[in-house]
Amino acid sequence: MGATKETTDSTFDADVLKSEVPVIVDFWAPWCGPCRLVAPILEELATEHEGKVTVVKLNTDENPEITARYGITGIPTMNVYVKGQVVKTLVGALPKPKLVRELADYLN
Amino acid sequence: MSAQVRDVIIIGSGPAGYTAAVYAARANLKPVIFEGSVTAGGALMNTTDVENFPGFPAGIMGPDLMEAIRAQAERFGAQMVRDDVTAVSLTGPLKTVTDGSGTTWQARTVILAMGSAYRQMGIPDEQRLSGHGVSWCATCDGFFFRDQDIAVVGGGDSAVEEATFLTKFAASVTIVHRRDELRASKIMAGRAMANPKIRFAWNSAVDAIHGQDKVTGVSLRDTVTGQTRLLPVSGVFVAIGHDPRNELIKGVIDLDEKGYVKVAGRSTATNIPGVFAAGDLVDHTYRQAVTAAGSGCAAALDAEHHLSHLDPTVDQAPADTEPADDTVGVGS
Repeated sequence: MGATKETTDSTFDADVLKSEVPVIVDFWAPWCGPCRLVAPILEELATEHEGKVTVVKLNTDENPEITARYGITGIPTMNVYVKGQVVKTLVGALPKPKLVRELADYLN
Repeated sequence: MSAQVRDVIIIGSGPAGYTAAVYAARANLKPVIFEGSVTAGGALMNTTDVENFPGFPAGIMGPDLMEAIRAQAERFGAQMVRDDVTAVSLTGPLKTVTDGSGTTWQARTVILAMGSAYRQMGIPDEQRLSGHGVSWCATCDGFFFRDQDIAVVGGGDSAVEEATFLTKFAASVTIVHRRDELRASKIMAGRAMANPKIRFAWNSAVDAIHGQDKVTGVSLRDTVTGQTRLLPVSGVFVAIGHDPRNELIKGVIDLDEKGYVKVAGRSTATNIPGVFAAGDLVDHTYRQAVTAAGSGCAAALDAEHHLSHLDPTVDQAPADTEPADDTVGVGS
């Protein structure tokens, strides 16, 4: 089992909105190639910053409610949630150095 | 520094890069190929059925085709590095390539096969609404536009292919094209015309994209009369062409006026000895998977020929020589 966990329409509130630490939600789907390429990078980030930030994945195929609620129309999309609010959105597969730079405020 | 000097480094992992890797590996050149950290497989990773690559009478899915060529290269000993190249130094007998992790690699030849990227319209809100209704990839994002009215901007094969694909999800697809006839191939254009979900906005250019948190419509300007009108759509797919990915090599490798790499005649040789270029980075005429694969093969053969003519006492610098100080690169 990796450092990222799965969240769903029904567990999103508890997993993400009520989290004490910032949560990075990775909206993905099994048929999305770039999503698969980004997955190992997110695993690394999750492990390296455990405790400071949580990384969870939401399968958009299986969880249409949360997908629609946040207006996701392209994947991969990463939303950063702090105290239940979206504070940052990143669209598309980014290489690790760029991802780390964009998320710097929440990783440190 | 990765200590050993390699014979061939390939930058790019579409059909051109992987085919170059197959040929270079089979020539015992032990090529290293940089696939990109999140872009391995190139443009075909974002297509579904590839019907026109020879050898597949029933067609083949883009990602499956790329996986197969990749496996072929690996079989013969190509070394895959799933990382980006952030800087290159190409002049002189030893070329240097720096990857995303900061490791530097040296090689006697480099094959450039970085391909091309989606062209953007360059209008306000296009970037802002990216991922919120604006997309450049139908196969990637079409799923999210079920039962919606959307627009596809462009008039070539890509635009028509994307529009046709999108009718699987959308309520309606409007192809927005600045002329009054499609540039697309006859068979593709015919399919689009016959599709009941596809409409056409001829002689139309997109002036603006509307919407706060997501796309609500686009302003279209008639390219003949100048009149503008609003087309209510919740998605805009931009399919207006590609620009070569030349950021790594600008100022060092000769480019034509559109930014494509110039090669000598029918070879893959660039202006720098030992540096070859293949695929959509060079070709703005054909830009097919098979022509890219063909040029990747040619690049590997050109590199092999170059290597076999190197005088070991003259052309190769000793191991402790600094490479020429012409490093250009892109911030990652």
